[in-house]
Amino acid sequence: MKARTSKRTADRNKAAGGRDGIFRLRLYVAGQTPKSLTAIRNLQQICEAHIPHFTIEVVDLLERPQLAAQDQILAVPTLVRKLPPPIRKIIGDLSDTDRVLVGLDLRPAATNGQGAA
Amino acid sequence: MTKNNNHSQRGVQPLRKSLTGIRGLDEVTAGGLPTGRPTILSGGPGCGKTMLAMQFLARGAELFGEPGVFIAFEETPRELLENFTSFDFHLERLIARKKLLLDYIYIERSEMQETGEYDLSGLFIRLKHAIESVGAKRVVIDTLEALFSGFSNVAILRAEIRRLFRFLKEAGVTTIVTAERGDTNLSRYGLEEYVSDCVIVLDHRVDEQVSTRRLRVVKYRGTLHGTNEYPFLIEDHGISVLPITSLGLKHTAPTKRISSGIPDLDEMLEGKGYYRGSTILVSGTAGSGKTSIAAHFAREVAHRGEECLYVAFEESVSQITRNMRSIGLELEPFVRNKTLCFHAARPTAYGLEMHLLEIHRLIEELSPRVVIVDPITDLLYGGSEVEIRSMLMRLIDHLKTKQTTALFTSLNSTGGNFEQTEVGVSSLIDTWIVLREVEITGERNRGVYVLKSRGMAHSNQIRELLLTKKGIRILPADRGLLGVLANSARFDKQEQETGRVNGGREVGSAPRPGKVAIRG
Repeated sequence: MKARTSKRTADRNKAAGGRDGIFRLRLYVAGQTPKSLTAIRNLQQICEAHIPHFTIEVVDLLERPQLAAQDQILAVPTLVRKLPPPIRKIIGDLSDTDRVLVGLDLRPAATNGQGAA
Repeated sequence: MTKNNNHSQRGVQPLRKSLTGIRGLDEVTAGGLPTGRPTILSGGPGCGKTMLAMQFLARGAELFGEPGVFIAFEETPRELLENFTSFDFHLERLIARKKLLLDYIYIERSEMQETGEYDLSGLFIRLKHAIESVGAKRVVIDTLEALFSGFSNVAILRAEIRRLFRFLKEAGVTTIVTAERGDTNLSRYGLEEYVSDCVIVLDHRVDEQVSTRRLRVVKYRGTLHGTNEYPFLIEDHGISVLPITSLGLKHTAPTKRISSGIPDLDEMLEGKGYYRGSTILVSGTAGSGKTSIAAHFAREVAHRGEECLYVAFEESVSQITRNMRSIGLELEPFVRNKTLCFHAARPTAYGLEMHLLEIHRLIEELSPRVVIVDPITDLLYGGSEVEIRSMLMRLIDHLKTKQTTALFTSLNSTGGNFEQTEVGVSSLIDTWIVLREVEITGERNRGVYVLKSRGMAHSNQIRELLLTKKGIRILPADRGLLGVLANSARFDKQEQETGRVNGGREVGSAPRPGKVAIRG
């Protein structure tokens, strides 16, 4: 990754079902709006609950507008799973946990089952 | 960046317009697109929306000093540049000079998980960044409806689209938004409810194997605009729209005359010939001498050093020059010194609009004093009678406004009503010369008469027309019951009257002058 980022790491000692590799997540927001803060908060919670190893990077498009074009971001907030491949995009403030997990490929779409897909 | 104060001020402000630089479109819209406002450009696939939009930006940057941003949802910048290489938009150069920015927005086709509240601020940030990086005054969004296929929350979408148009107005950029034409709406998702300032629709249809493109200004708030369909072409300059005519009959009547190139014919027209700036129609059956009359006029004009445009639909240039040489008319030297300009084309090669547009273009380029179209009836292959008539009206109107004299030849089918051309433009014609073949006592002779000629006391006689080695001769009418006597009959008559036989085709004793009628 180029450019300095503001990293936040979380407690990695959760023992939910194993996934191979670290999840690198990037959240795009546009300023410190209620939606942004909600998204950040939700993301934090979901990661701590379901993902053993992850990194979150928050990108503020108002500070770095060229990234909107570079990374093809239209909707805000947008969460991008950069690792593990393939890249996945999710939009919204992440209030719907189920959808987030489906979007991150942590849960199959049809069922309500727990654990890794 | 100016804000639109039309609502806050009570005073009436004239609507400001931005010239498009697209030939014909600025005339149809009476000055271009509304400045600082969005215009919807709607049409089916392949109608030319992207072309028109890109041309708007390219001309804006090149001719009017207004940089532009092209937001594409369906083509990458590379694809766009490739598509436009054969046109003279110079896109790469404009991009290098930072007068144009192409931004490609990729919408995930697969369903993105929507996990809660969101908005399209990313789009706004990108747009603002793009506009600021070149100082854009013009923006194209092609096509906004792509957003609908990427995001499923229609309520959010509509709210954001409204926000987008507000943003564009505040930024003071003149925007074109393209839309795919729906069955009943102008756009598939009803975009027109947001954009109510100006709506232009493009159409592309195939009639009788000939494709025609039309443009129509459906709505343009606050201005008088042409509401008809205007045909347009796509050629290497991009789009050209056939210009409209003046809205009223404001031409000043010309008073100067010009010889027809045939002294005997001038004699039938008060001895002075045609009015300058008038429209002359020469109609007749095949082989009756129409092209010869036209060619005489062409030579007369060129001989005076005036520019003449001769549009030929039936014969090639060399055929015409050869044929005219056989009656003693040398056109070659005038072609060489460029006072006489021929444009020959097969009528079925292109649609009607293409021909007329080409004629318009040549007129712009050459500024001829005289335009000849021989024959106009060949254009019938291009469309219905109504269309031809309306196109011809526009052409004639255009020529009259420029005080250009026009001569058209028209082919009538044998045995038909001589005084009616298939195209029905007689009311637009100032001088109408009819050629007839007359069969008398085993001979076919050519007769000519002036059916009408506004503003002059023209002859009403039917006289005999001869194609001699020294050009056209028109013999004065003789006495007798018949309008035109065959040579042998005249011979006999002379014999009867004078008791002598005159050699050759001499004119008989002084004829009683024919009746002269003054026609309005």
